[in-house]
Amino acid sequence: MDKTVNQKAWFLVLPVFLVVAFSAVLPLMTVVNYSMQDTFGNNQFFWNGVGWFKELLDPSTDLGGRFLASLGRNLFFSLVILAIEVPLGIVVALSMPRQGWTVAACLVILALPLLIPWNVVGTIWQIFGRPDIGLLGYVLNAAGFDYNYVSNDIDAWVTVIVMDVWHWTSLVALLCYAGLKSIPEAYYQAAQIDGASRWAVFKAIQLPKMNRVLLIAVLLRFMDSFMIYTEPFVVTGGGPGNSTTFVSIELVKIALGQFDLGKAAALSLVYNLIILIVCWIFYTVMTNAGVERKVQAESEPAAEPKPATAIKPVPALKPKEGVA
Amino acid sequence: MHSIPGRRLIMGLFLIFLLLPIYWLVNMSFKTNSEIVSTMTLWPHTPTLQHYKRIFTDESWYSGYIHSLEYVVLNTIISISVALPAAYAFSRYRFLGDKHLFFWLLSNRMAPAAVYALPFFNLYSAIGLFDTPWAVALAHCIFNVPLAVWILEGFVSGVPREIDETAFLDGYSFPRFFIKILVPLIASGIGVAAFFCFMFSWVELLLARTLTSVSAKPIAAIMTRTVSASGMDWGLLAAAGVLTIIPGALVIWFVRNYIASGFALGRV
Repeated sequence: MDKTVNQKAWFLVLPVFLVVAFSAVLPLMTVVNYSMQDTFGNNQFFWNGVGWFKELLDPSTDLGGRFLASLGRNLFFSLVILAIEVPLGIVVALSMPRQGWTVAACLVILALPLLIPWNVVGTIWQIFGRPDIGLLGYVLNAAGFDYNYVSNDIDAWVTVIVMDVWHWTSLVALLCYAGLKSIPEAYYQAAQIDGASRWAVFKAIQLPKMNRVLLIAVLLRFMDSFMIYTEPFVVTGGGPGNSTTFVSIELVKIALGQFDLGKAAALSLVYNLIILIVCWIFYTVMTNAGVERKVQAESEPAAEPKPATAIKPVPALKPKEGVA
Repeated sequence: MHSIPGRRLIMGLFLIFLLLPIYWLVNMSFKTNSEIVSTMTLWPHTPTLQHYKRIFTDESWYSGYIHSLEYVVLNTIISISVALPAAYAFSRYRFLGDKHLFFWLLSNRMAPAAVYALPFFNLYSAIGLFDTPWAVALAHCIFNVPLAVWILEGFVSGVPREIDETAFLDGYSFPRFFIKILVPLIASGIGVAAFFCFMFSWVELLLARTLTSVSAKPIAAIMTRTVSASGMDWGLLAAAGVLTIIPGALVIWFVRNYIASGFALGRV
């Protein structure tokens, strides 16, 4: 892809630039402004320099302690989410029916949780998990588990994680399904002639083809779980205690709850910076992966399953279908 | 052969896992409040439409749906119309700072809404847009415009460059080429981008709630009113929840054939 250099293209980008700058740069300047000042109310501000940032990054202060604790919780949450949703999404994508009306039906049901407003997702699980009126809570308690997400830390965590898996695994699954759909039938036929096992087909054909969409999936899931706010807020309100208070919840508490503008602004900037860095890493990896793939595609044939004996063959997984 | 053994079972279990909580919400919305609180029933034994009736007759309730749809539609139109030319530019040309600009846009998609809640409140109050659908529509542009550019760029790149060149040789002016040739070619891509804009604007609550108070309050924020002195009105809450699922379900039904390629954002 050789693009022509044309500076006039800026005119085409200008509307986007203006719209996003209006919604991103102006508010960000306000945040930077607040982060350097302190206020006693009445719109009287005085200069505080980097005081808030120092406090924020020092775990011994109240603000720093709260920030770092919520950051730790949030990172742990994001990692757990990725560890569950990515493999599960791949499995679900591989389980999609091949053709017929069931494909459309499965796609529609899979996409359904994605289109539910986030606070309604929270409401659904809030109701579903309640021991008195919710099916899940009722069944678990009837089965002898002492499950109550309002008072027990671990139950609250499990509820929030299961809720996120319910909400977002479909996104990973749909992305992977799109990747799988793009694989030409000839690849599978070649693999079958070579006698490749099911696992080899997955490793040598399907996984590489899903590479790019999987990166998009991981990027989106990491970012969205890192700034999760509404769903856990509705279900647990950040509790019990502070056990499910993620960074966004802490931030809103400080900004809109206590109206502590300076602290909130400093937290916002650091939070944004972390996201920016992670985003940049992903972006670089993604762009490089694209380039590498192109180079690879040119130097070697795409479908080159390893000999089936090298990998533990699973007899039941042998391809059943003949040549289409 | 691109599926795995036991796939019917896995798919079945996963779909049940997805549908069960939704079923429970629907189930509750048809129950009377006394039935919800007093007994555990798998289906409504005394089915009632009272909660739905209340939502459809009480203006403070149904106006929430209208407000939500207003800003979602506004946002989708703004996002797509500014993103289209930009997507073309990113796909076809190299220009000063293009990569940085693209990354900057993308990073805004990832910016946490919580960071912007307060500054947006100040900004839109200052310019007099507070509590209008415009405020929410513009605020949602911060994540929908980058996403639309990203998706559309993938689809525009799928159109061979020769088509542009032929059109220009045939004497098409740029705007005419854009509307007459390019837009029809990537119509499905525009559909997918619009779907995503609709989706993310429809599900977002934090900004929508912060930027409105009375006359543009979205339904999702109105739902929080079901907590009253006499306790939670669970049935009403469930009914309102069910009604927020319906627009999304309708939109999915219309784009079901494009979902797969759409979710790959035009680049597999």
